[in-house]
Amino acid sequence: MILEIKNVTMKFGGVTAIDNLSFGVKSGEIFGLIGPNGAGKTTIFNIITGNYKQTEGEVYFLHESISGLKPNVIVRKGIARTFQNIRLFKSMTVLENVLIGFHNQANYTFFESILRLPRYFSNEKRLKAAAMDILERFGIAKFADYNATALSYGNQRKVEIARALATEPKLLLLDEPAAGMNPIETEDLSNIIRNIKNEYGLTVLLIEHDMKFVNNMCDKVLVLDYGEEIFEGKPADAILDKNVIAAYLGDFTNA
Amino acid sequence: MLIEKKHFLQIFFLIATIWFIWYAQNHLDPYTVSILNNIAIFAILALSYNLINGIAGQFSLEPNGFVAIGAYVTALFLIPGSDKLDMFALEDPAPIVMAMHTSFLPALIMSGIVATAIAFILSVPVFRVRGDYLAIVTLGFGFIIRIYAINNPKYTNGAMGLNDIPSVANLYWCGFIAVITFIVMINIIYSKFGRAMKAVRDDEDAATAMGVNTFWMKTYAFMTSAFFEGIGGGLMASLLTTISPDQFTFLLTFQLLIIIVLGGLGSMSGAILGTILVMGGSEWLRFLDQNMNIFGYNTGAHPGLRMVVFSILLIVMMLFARRGLFGNKELTDIFKRTKK
Repeated sequence: MILEIKNVTMKFGGVTAIDNLSFGVKSGEIFGLIGPNGAGKTTIFNIITGNYKQTEGEVYFLHESISGLKPNVIVRKGIARTFQNIRLFKSMTVLENVLIGFHNQANYTFFESILRLPRYFSNEKRLKAAAMDILERFGIAKFADYNATALSYGNQRKVEIARALATEPKLLLLDEPAAGMNPIETEDLSNIIRNIKNEYGLTVLLIEHDMKFVNNMCDKVLVLDYGEEIFEGKPADAILDKNVIAAYLGDFTNA
Repeated sequence: MLIEKKHFLQIFFLIATIWFIWYAQNHLDPYTVSILNNIAIFAILALSYNLINGIAGQFSLEPNGFVAIGAYVTALFLIPGSDKLDMFALEDPAPIVMAMHTSFLPALIMSGIVATAIAFILSVPVFRVRGDYLAIVTLGFGFIIRIYAINNPKYTNGAMGLNDIPSVANLYWCGFIAVITFIVMINIIYSKFGRAMKAVRDDEDAATAMGVNTFWMKTYAFMTSAFFEGIGGGLMASLLTTISPDQFTFLLTFQLLIIIVLGGLGSMSGAILGTILVMGGSEWLRFLDQNMNIFGYNTGAHPGLRMVVFSILLIVMMLFARRGLFGNKELTDIFKRTKK
């Protein structure tokens, strides 16, 4: 188990967004987190990445509790994320966006950058090559010098994933990676995710509404409704499950 | 190492600036030199102010406080002990004030270090939380410094201020320190620290999600700003030879804010251009205050007309360049062909 969520409860005032949830993600898996809007999927992401502090329960990453750690510390431990609504750095180029992901791999101090010592040059050169390499994999290297916001929606998504990948994660959290994409772009994206997963030995935890995408990507899914787990298992079984159908379409048995 | 093509422009600007500083100090009349001195000092202040406000995107109103600190520290280090005894009329100078005496460069560096240390003390509580607290805290800080200076005659000679500060600063000092400030700022911007500062400005959550320690990035920006503002204050003290608490009011900050907004928040070359336009422009418009003959009609003297026209010009400029003259681009970026 690379990631374990144990009895996590999250309350916002009187609202219980996550209710005593437990699940585990195996190393090397693509794990899907699905459920209707407001089910608490993104809240789980925010708890794992340290943006929220859960009311109760523990989160373990590589058998070590990461509850209460700051988001930037958790990133360094090996958990990277993308956002539901694309949040690129708007004033920067595509390359610079990816270079931000390499922030902690740049080994030079503030004074070394002011004085332009050799370590600055060697590090910048190495990281620029590494960033270009990632962009190459996503097929967007030709846009490296473009302003990030000048790209199409699909390509902006790719930049965001590339940026997350630059932090050298072991676990990648993707929040609705296929949202707003057309079927061809979605197909392209799922190939890329599968490729990088194999190449970098990643574990992927993703939130998605596109069931076709989930079906052909995920090894396992967890269905949430009102902060509670209603199904855990293979995606193909999920769509047949009585509770899942009830959560999405309503309960017809009493109608 | 082979010099790349893009470096030519930078080296050209550097040599041209150094040559101009040398030429101006030796050949131009004292009035022009004094304006250039002013421009150089304000360029130092605008560049450093732009780092925290434009690059790191933290709205701050600190310059007057740090400039005051820098001015007082340098002044106290420069004035010889015997002069201090004569000057401090309200109360005898404190022993530490008497012990302070160095030459100009160490005094300037001390000014910078003291300002940086105070910046660090301020940033610890302020940057732990998000939002515009920095503006409130730094605004209050400026007032505190002024009130401290007025009410502690043992250290500052109170409201009478300090006079007869040895006049060491000239255009070489101001100009070269401005050049150094510019280079330091550019080197910061084009490093992982500058990128991270911009990331904090664009989207703080996303920056944190990339592993950027936003607290330290903001603190680095704030401390660097404070350092150069302290030095700028020191230069100002030695140039004016007299300082008093009322010189460093909020208006100084306000003037710098105009400069960096005009030049473009986040653009260092914009800050320089903004300084030249605002400082030079307000001098150049002085003819408006005097008698004018327009087609034989004598308008009479209108003191203050200069500032009215100047304000209108600023408004017009901001209407046509909403994001400042350079936006957040540098001069070299504009020369590059921009892809969109």
